[in-house]
Amino acid sequence: MSTKKDWPLWEVFIASKRGLNHKHVGSLHAADAEMALENARDVYTRRKEGESIWVVESKFIFASNPEDNDAFFEPAKNKVYRHPTFYDLPDEVNKM
Amino acid sequence: MDEKELLNRFQAQIDAEIKIEPKDWMPDAYRQTLIRQMSQHAHSEIVGMLPEGNWVTRAPTLKRKAILLAKIQDEAGHGLYLYSATETLGISRQEMIDALHEGRAKYSSVFNYPTLNWADIGAIGWLVDGAAIMNQVALMRTSYGPYSRAMIRICKEESFHQRQGFDILYTLSRGSDEQKAMAQDALNRWWWPSMMMFGPHDSESTHSQQSTKWKIKRKSNDELRQDFVDNSVQQVKVLGLTLPDPDLKWNEERQHYDYGPIDWEEFWAVVKGRGPCNRERIAARKKAYDDGEWVREAALAYAKKKKAKEVLA
Ligand SMILES: [Fe+2]
Ligand SMILES: [Fe+2]
Repeated sequence: MSTKKDWPLWEVFIASKRGLNHKHVGSLHAADAEMALENARDVYTRRKEGESIWVVESKFIFASNPEDNDAFFEPAKNKVYRHPTFYDLPDEVNKM
Repeated sequence: MDEKELLNRFQAQIDAEIKIEPKDWMPDAYRQTLIRQMSQHAHSEIVGMLPEGNWVTRAPTLKRKAILLAKIQDEAGHGLYLYSATETLGISRQEMIDALHEGRAKYSSVFNYPTLNWADIGAIGWLVDGAAIMNQVALMRTSYGPYSRAMIRICKEESFHQRQGFDILYTLSRGSDEQKAMAQDALNRWWWPSMMMFGPHDSESTHSQQSTKWKIKRKSNDELRQDFVDNSVQQVKVLGLTLPDPDLKWNEERQHYDYGPIDWEEFWAVVKGRGPCNRERIAARKKAYDDGEWVREAALAYAKKKKAKEVLA
């Protein structure tokens, strides 16, 4: 096996239009941030898929663990009153 | 949770069409199957650039040349999407590339055939990309999230590939007698290798059953091949050309076209390295990689130097 080193891995986020949020689209290798940005442009926006690109080195991403999902997201599960559909209002109250 | 419980939960997740993501628990065989299949797929995209690259400098017009370049650039992108997706399973890019260069990894055998004339570029786009699309459309629903997302992105880009190929053949088929003959000759040579792209018959396929249970594969080799035949028979009529299979005929009962026997001896010979271009393809990949070594090193050195300066500033 070779001892050569891969360039660092970067995660790529793209906003398809001004005003929209950046979405994760994939990852790539690059020696530094500028190269990551240029590679991201060449790899992920060849058909005008984006107007803005963010890149971040993968090692800096701290992610939630799917094993802990039940406990971790539990606070959102039992608060149905956060949704408008929880409230049963008289029909006369139109458009609220 | 013990192994058995984890396995049950995993299978339940798959049965419920919930995608598996990189940090989820997965059986080792699932991981290894995906690494094998996805890296093989990535290698195919990369090696697949070589037969077409052969015609970039000799494309008949500037327009055709620009289109071919854009198509080949897409394939490089597909290789990158797939390598990155495979890396989420815990294998490094370098390991995959080493495996390809050392002959331990496979890629689609169809790319071990030579591109003898310009019409071959048309036949590759129509048939080879066409067959790849069949396979990739089915894989958009594969159970591993990163693979599925890569496939969705790839499929969006692929349809232009098949259309540009068909367009080349369509133009030739309405040209001079020589041009028409050239298009027919290309079809004669690319039809069977394209049919073989779907792999062995279901009855012979070693990995199929488990892959189907894990929803890595969503359609069997023979199902995909049949779809490909049915489409191609219709489309070749528009070209006014013929597919080189005397046994092709509509089967009323099956509601599909029957086709003749595939030469599996040839298939296995090419898989095992005895195709017309196997050695040339790997040699070209290695050369490109080795010639780029100093660039990769220089880029890293430059990045390091720049970082050191930033720290000082
Ligand atoms: Fe591709
Ligand atoms: Fe393609």
